Amino acid sequence: MSEKDTLIVGIETSCDETAVAVVKNGREILSNVVSSQIESHKRFGGVVPEIASRHHVEQVTVIIEAAMTEADVTFAEVDAIAVTEGPGLVGALLVGVNAAKALAFAVDKPLIGVHHIAGHIYANHIVEELTFPLLTLVVSGGHTELVYMEEHGSYEVIGETRDDAVGEAYDKVARTIGLPYPGGPHIDRLAAEGEPVITFPRSWLEPGSYDFSFSGLKSSVINTLHNAKQRGESWTNEQIAASFQASVIEVLVGKTMGAAKEKQVKRVLLAGGVAANKGLRAALTKACEAEGLRLTIPPLKLCTDNAAMIAAAGTVKWKQGRFADDRLNGHSGLELN
Amino acid sequence: MNILAIDTSTYVMGVAILRDGIPAGEMRTHLKKNHSIRLMPAIRALFEEVDMKPAELDRIVVSEGPGSYTGVRIGVTTAKTMAWALNRPVIGVSSMEMLAQNGRYFNGVISPFYDARRGQVFTGLYRSMSNGIIRESEDRITLHDGWLKALKEQGEPVLCVSPDMEKHKELIQQELGDLAIIGTEIDALPSPLELARIGMRKDVVTTAHEFSPNYLRLAEAEAKWLEKIKDEKKR
Repeated sequence: MSEKDTLIVGIETSCDETAVAVVKNGREILSNVVSSQIESHKRFGGVVPEIASRHHVEQVTVIIEAAMTEADVTFAEVDAIAVTEGPGLVGALLVGVNAAKALAFAVDKPLIGVHHIAGHIYANHIVEELTFPLLTLVVSGGHTELVYMEEHGSYEVIGETRDDAVGEAYDKVARTIGLPYPGGPHIDRLAAEGEPVITFPRSWLEPGSYDFSFSGLKSSVINTLHNAKQRGESWTNEQIAASFQASVIEVLVGKTMGAAKEKQVKRVLLAGGVAANKGLRAALTKACEAEGLRLTIPPLKLCTDNAAMIAAAGTVKWKQGRFADDRLNGHSGLELN
Repeated sequence: MNILAIDTSTYVMGVAILRDGIPAGEMRTHLKKNHSIRLMPAIRALFEEVDMKPAELDRIVVSEGPGSYTGVRIGVTTAKTMAWALNRPVIGVSSMEMLAQNGRYFNGVISPFYDARRGQVFTGLYRSMSNGIIRESEDRITLHDGWLKALKEQGEPVLCVSPDMEKHKELIQQELGDLAIIGTEIDALPSPLELARIGMRKDVVTTAHEFSPNYLRLAEAEAKWLEKIKDEKKR
């Protein structure tokens, strides 16, 4: 380890994954341990906040130790502890935040608060070094945002969902057609096998807006199925999934392309758990190629919630000297700026 | 033995340090403010004040519940993470046992309690003996009126101590009558120094990984899910 290397420990507990990672120089993953609670939440058909918080408390030191052991580093070599301060489930965030504060105090290291979406964006930095200006489409179970960046650590949200996050819409539609939680991957798989024969609405909102809305689409799917059933007609799940996905992807890609043009960026990133969606990856890749834009999509392990991305985003704040103090708190609705 | 004790199981925030088993300092507030923001600054300030470093600690003691789920989690997460980082044991102490210490010189039974909503309380039954405060009946979550009726039948004076006394005072006096002894507002606050003292005497110590809160109650969603499973099995 050279003198100039930066070693950051990242901690992430904003939803149902307890994750800890050690990242060198903001880009090199030394360890990235993720303990998912999804098996526990499946029986409830979604994440139950109180249960998520309980699991985080049980797991947190186990996962910190696993990450430190795998990275084969000591706290003496670590420069700072970075932790997700929001947005997310507040009770879940509090476990990570308080663990990070206790750890920073015990091992006498500085503390850094990281925005969860900044983390998702910086997952791309681990894959390919970021260059600016750039535009990121953030898509997950809790977020749907278009974020413009002029330089490291500077974020401008130019569009966001006004109701459901895209991943939420996937899960709800999946439930409607009887698919298990979480439904996103099932819809993506079925969509690849069906034709988009039903025309669901495209929610473009007012001209020039980069905001999103998916609740109308979700209702439209439910109503269409209901009406079809009453008329004795039926569609296959593959057809429904393909039609729903076609609507979602057209809007996501269309707005991303529009924003990229207006902001005159040459670089586009895809981030968040829904970035694992094959249909979305293919459509965005095609659109970016047509416009001559460089596109980065992280591998699956860095798309879903993880702590390497938090350590990567934390490294930027470390370089800029933007530390948190002992009063750092968890915020369910933290702004990205 | 050098000990750090942490209690955030109610609105009371308590932090205490024993040096060589002797109280060196404590910080205690009774405010409706956020533990997550205030706990770590309080711990750091107290260490500075008593001129101690975390590495000098022998063990960390924390109120493990019952109490506010979020409050208990903040204390437990802080305690177990510090304990893991310093490679020291963490000792969980029942928040009821901690509160019962306030009746050390009381001749009768002690019923500490926290409000648990919908007429329920977290409580337990303790008695002061020559060798300390002994638990006579397990901590539990129960309907307060039923609990008080059972205490009344024992016919002994009962010291009721709770930071939530205001809400329950009438019921206690109604059910226990002359047997009810109600402490002052000061007796009602859990003491982190008492917590440290209990923790110092415990032989049962756990490693950080094994340690989690004792909520005394399932999460609501889990309780409902178990009900559903039970119903399905009956059919």
